[in-house]
Parts: sequence; structure tokens; C-alpha cells
Amino acid sequence: MKKELICIVCPMGCHLEVDIDNDYAVTGNQCKRGEVYGKKELTNPTRTITSTVRIKGGIYNRIPVKTDKEISKKSIFEVMKLLEGVELIAPVKVGDVVLENILDTDVNIVTTRSMK
Amino acid sequence: MREYDVIIIGGGSAGLSAAIEIYKEGFTNILLIERDIELGGILLQCIHNGFGLKVFKEELTGPEYAEKFVDELMDLGIEYKLDSVVTKINSDNSIEYVNTKDGFANVKAKALVLTMGCYERNAGAISIPGTRPAGVLTAGQAQKYLNIDGYLVGKKVFILGSGDIGLIMARRMTLEGAEVLGVAEILPYSGGLNRNIVQCLKDFDIPLYLNHTVTDIIGDVNLEKIILSKVENFKPIPGTEVEFEVDTLLLSIGLIPENEISENAGIILDRKTKGPIVDESYQTTKAGVFACGNALHVHDLVDFVTEESRRAGRSVGRYLKNELKSSNDNIQLLPSDGISYIVPQNINLNNIENKLELFMRVTAEYKNVTLVVYSEETEIKRIKKRHMAPAEMEKVILTKDDLSKVNKTLSIKVVA
Repeated sequence: MKKELICIVCPMGCHLEVDIDNDYAVTGNQCKRGEVYGKKELTNPTRTITSTVRIKGGIYNRIPVKTDKEISKKSIFEVMKLLEGVELIAPVKVGDVVLENILDTDVNIVTTRSMK
Repeated sequence: MREYDVIIIGGGSAGLSAAIEIYKEGFTNILLIERDIELGGILLQCIHNGFGLKVFKEELTGPEYAEKFVDELMDLGIEYKLDSVVTKINSDNSIEYVNTKDGFANVKAKALVLTMGCYERNAGAISIPGTRPAGVLTAGQAQKYLNIDGYLVGKKVFILGSGDIGLIMARRMTLEGAEVLGVAEILPYSGGLNRNIVQCLKDFDIPLYLNHTVTDIIGDVNLEKIILSKVENFKPIPGTEVEFEVDTLLLSIGLIPENEISENAGIILDRKTKGPIVDESYQTTKAGVFACGNALHVHDLVDFVTEESRRAGRSVGRYLKNELKSSNDNIQLLPSDGISYIVPQNINLNNIENKLELFMRVTAEYKNVTLVVYSEETEIKRIKKRHMAPAEMEKVILTKDDLSKVNKTLSIKVVA
């Protein structure tokens, strides 16, 4: 069976065709990452999650954060729940670790900007 | 009056890239003017990822992408003013700006770069029907409230228009606990990138209603419900109305280059792009005034904005070194069948160093077609395309050899 997918690795949005019976062989990709995505999307889909957390003493009251690696699509809302309780204190630097090893996945939450 | 080599108007991705590039060209007496309280522009509220794959070969969020350029600009010691609004470009290319420290000020430069970005089409632009309750706002406004200020504008949301910001906000508001009931698009195809349809709508089972629009807005003080109707040839079909109880309607119905000060200065705009008409060097119809980024035409990727602004920055350097030749009979670029616009709009072959990059959008969705570049009767180039859509900018590169075949005009069309 073949399945058509749109690659979400980058904004190019390549139209992929994945041959499930042929070890998930991917065609239509313009780079190596599309091949990896096509296979993973049909076996274990993952996403990078971006959101914001509270910050005290900064120029704004919120600071943007992300998962530093992709995490299983199924745990998106669990991760959002974890972020609710976080409050940072300015100043922070971009890339500072906010939460370590979330849900025992080896994924960390890091800030995505510096704030004074 | 303080005099600079270059003044750059707008400190978002285009202005930052252009300023850094001009500095690297050897012109250090430059000033960047930004109206917000920090540099970075709209990237700062675009906290999602997907930026930087072309320019940095890594996937970054908007704030991370912006910070790299802000850091570089500060390391170089480029002068900038925050919280400052440019109100006028004068005929001698001096400008007027206001802020709370300098008051009203007048500064002059040998060259100006317009990098004001773009603004969102709002309810007034589509003469939206119904009453005027609170709860109807543009997707970008809701994005700023949520990502910068920390306010979720509503709990039950409908989105009109399938532009990228609307799709991104559908996911973002869902993550924050709102219920997004659907996205309506009047056209038969989405106005956003395919990847956003997948990861923002399909991931959360948010329906996309193609060929649909909002035909009524109901609510006294606050928005209570909207009516969605199917359309045919942009006209609602009676009897297809569906009611949605919502407290928020987000509009994601297009972006328009911000050019009030350019127009007031007599700079001629392209009717299609709504940005200035520029030549191969990104020079507008006013000598010494250059434009790039979303103020020139709306891009789908910030990486393309950076690349374009670097090219524009290099051109500004050549202009200041008197290396740019002027001409009265530039080759005109004519968008033909299936092409809605081409940037730049005209070219002076004498100024092209090795190749020319043309950027364009198609008028509809196409599969397995060919882009044909031609000059009057002469065909210059054919490029096969598997898939093209209006939401995805197309690029055509012409070599000096290709350009040697050009006569008075250069046209591009889509052929089946």
C-alpha cells in the first residue's frame, strides 16, 4: 500500500509517497530529511512543541520556549500541562534549560530568546 | 542635520539583514530605525519553529532567528533607534521621525532602505457582514496577545481565511485550551503552506472548509455566533448556511506590504504586489531608495526575506560606490498566463553581475506544468514543475547567457 504525505520538515512542503509494503520507501522528497520524515510519520510521529512560560522581571510577562528535540505527537498536551507551572526570573539567555528530561524522554524544555 | 550613508527604515528580518550586509560592504555610517521597543520585528511573536533551514541549515523558532541577527548587528556596533516612527521621506531622501527622546527629528542619508514589512488585511478590507461585536480580530493580533502578552483572546474560535498565521494560531490556541471549530477558505485551495495544514489542522482534527466563507457575524456586545456558507464563484449559496457558536473569529485573509511613507514620497507601487516597483538592484522608482522584504512583496519564508535583503544590501553598497548604472530603457518583466506578479519588475542588464533571480507567484494551483520564460518571440528557458500554488513563491534563475537572448521585454507563463 502506498500513502501520500506532505512533508512538514521544512516549509518546502514536498509531496511524498510512502510505499508501506516496501519497507516504507519514500519518493517525492527533495532531501534526505524527507525520507526520514516519511518513514517516521507512519511509524512513530513526533513534533517539536513551542509555547510560552511565565517570567518575572523581564520586559514582558511571557517568554517563548520549545522542546529541544522532537517528542511523540501523543504527549503534546502532557507537555503543555508541565509548562503551566513554570515561572522564570529575568534575565535569561536563549537556550537556557527550563525543564530537564521531561516525561523521561531525554527531551528538555529550553528558552528561545534572551530577556533582560 | 545629521548625515548618514544609509538609513534603514524598519528593524525586522529585512532591515537587520540589509543593515548587516551594507556594513559588510564597508559602509559603517548607517542608522536603523525601529518603531517597536526592541529589534526583531514580527519574528518575535512567531514562536513556532520552521525558520532558518535555508540560511542557518537548522530549524529555529522566530525569536531565535531574530536574535542571531540582532546579536550580529550589536556586535558590529551598528547604530539603531527604538520606539521611533518615521513619518516622512523628503524629496532629497532626508527623513523625518519622532520618538520620546529626540522629539521630532530630521536626518539625511545618501541611500534609504525600505524594510517596513507588511500589515494584515482586516475586517474592513473584506466588508465583513453582520454586527460589530468584540471578539473579531486578525490572527496576528491574537498571536501578539497570546505569545508576547500572555492573553488567550477566546475559548471557542473560528478562523476565516487559511493564511499561515491563521493556521499557526489554530494550533497555538488549541494547545492553550481553546476549541477551534474550523477554518474557512473562500478559494478551492488553502492560502497557507501545506506543512501548516498538516501540523496545525490535521494533527488536531480541525476541519478546513474550502469554498466556504463567513456570511454573518452575530453578537451584541461580544461575538456569539457566526454563519458559514458554501460559495460558488465567490457568491454564497443560499440554503448551505451552518451556525457556529463562538466567542472569537480570527481573520487570516492576507498581508499587504506597508508603504504609506513610500507612497507619500511619490514612489510608484506595483498594483499586484502592493510594494514598490523595483529594478534588478532593488532600487525603487525614487533614486537612492531601495526596498526589500515584506515591504516589497509578501514572502512565505523569512529565509527568503534574509536572502533578498542581503542582495538588496549589496546593491546599496554598489550604489554608494557609484557602480550602479542607470538607464531609461530597462527591460520590463511581464507576468503572462498563470503568473500574478514578478519581482523585480524591470531590469538593467548592465547591472547584473552573473545571474538574475526572479520571484513570482502563480494565480492558481497547478500540477505537472512547465514555466516558460520568453522574450517576445524568443523562448529562453523552460522549467518543469510538479506542483505550484499561489501560497508558494516560485523562483527562476537566469544566467548571463539566458539574458543575452532578451530583447525589450521578458515574460513568464505557465504552460500545460
